[in-house]
Amino acid sequence: MEILLFGITREIVGSSRLDIPAAGITDVAALRSWLKVQYPQFGGLSSLAVAVNGEYADDRHALNGQEEIALIPPVSGG
Amino acid sequence: MLIELTDHIDLNRVYEYVQSAEAGGQTFFVGTVRNHAHGKEVIKLTFEAYEPMALAEMRKIAVQATAQWPVHALAIQHVLGERQVGEAVVAIGVSCAHRQAAFEACRFVIDTLKTTVPIWKKEFYKDSSIWVNAHP
Repeated sequence: MEILLFGITREIVGSSRLDIPAAGITDVAALRSWLKVQYPQFGGLSSLAVAVNGEYADDRHALNGQEEIALIPPVSGG
Repeated sequence: MLIELTDHIDLNRVYEYVQSAEAGGQTFFVGTVRNHAHGKEVIKLTFEAYEPMALAEMRKIAVQATAQWPVHALAIQHVLGERQVGEAVVAIGVSCAHRQAAFEACRFVIDTLKTTVPIWKKEFYKDSSIWVNAHP
């Protein structure tokens, strides 16, 4: 499962892409839990949304490992 | 509608796009790099985006504005990359038959852009830098 990273999440991880083991990560909630353990600094962000195939996805959104997944830290355009 | 991520804001392009003989009111918002933030002197900003999603979210905002107000034409440009103090980073243009709808729709577009579009701004000071809004 590949995750696209931007802004502060890219800096925390040190890369713009993250390959993670897909086993057990069947929805957005499970992905969040996995990330929190691996990267405790994510817990300090004001918010951390997940986009699946270019759309904001809630925790119950199912994942099969084939989607384009991106982490969306607090946005600050404009 | 005109929806663009660009390396520089072209206000003439935004104006040319929205102006029309049918639209008696045209409003424009331009956001620029301010020289201070949180009591510190700002040197420059950099912007990055999740580009396909940012364009899709900008398009959604334009569609929503058009559904909510009688919009004749609407344009949104946002820069990516590095910008110096005073330079434009975002431009919105809205044309409507009358000014009230044009003002309201323009404000809706910039306010919503700031909360939903996946674009990130890093602010550089003399001796440090932060990702804006990242931490509480």
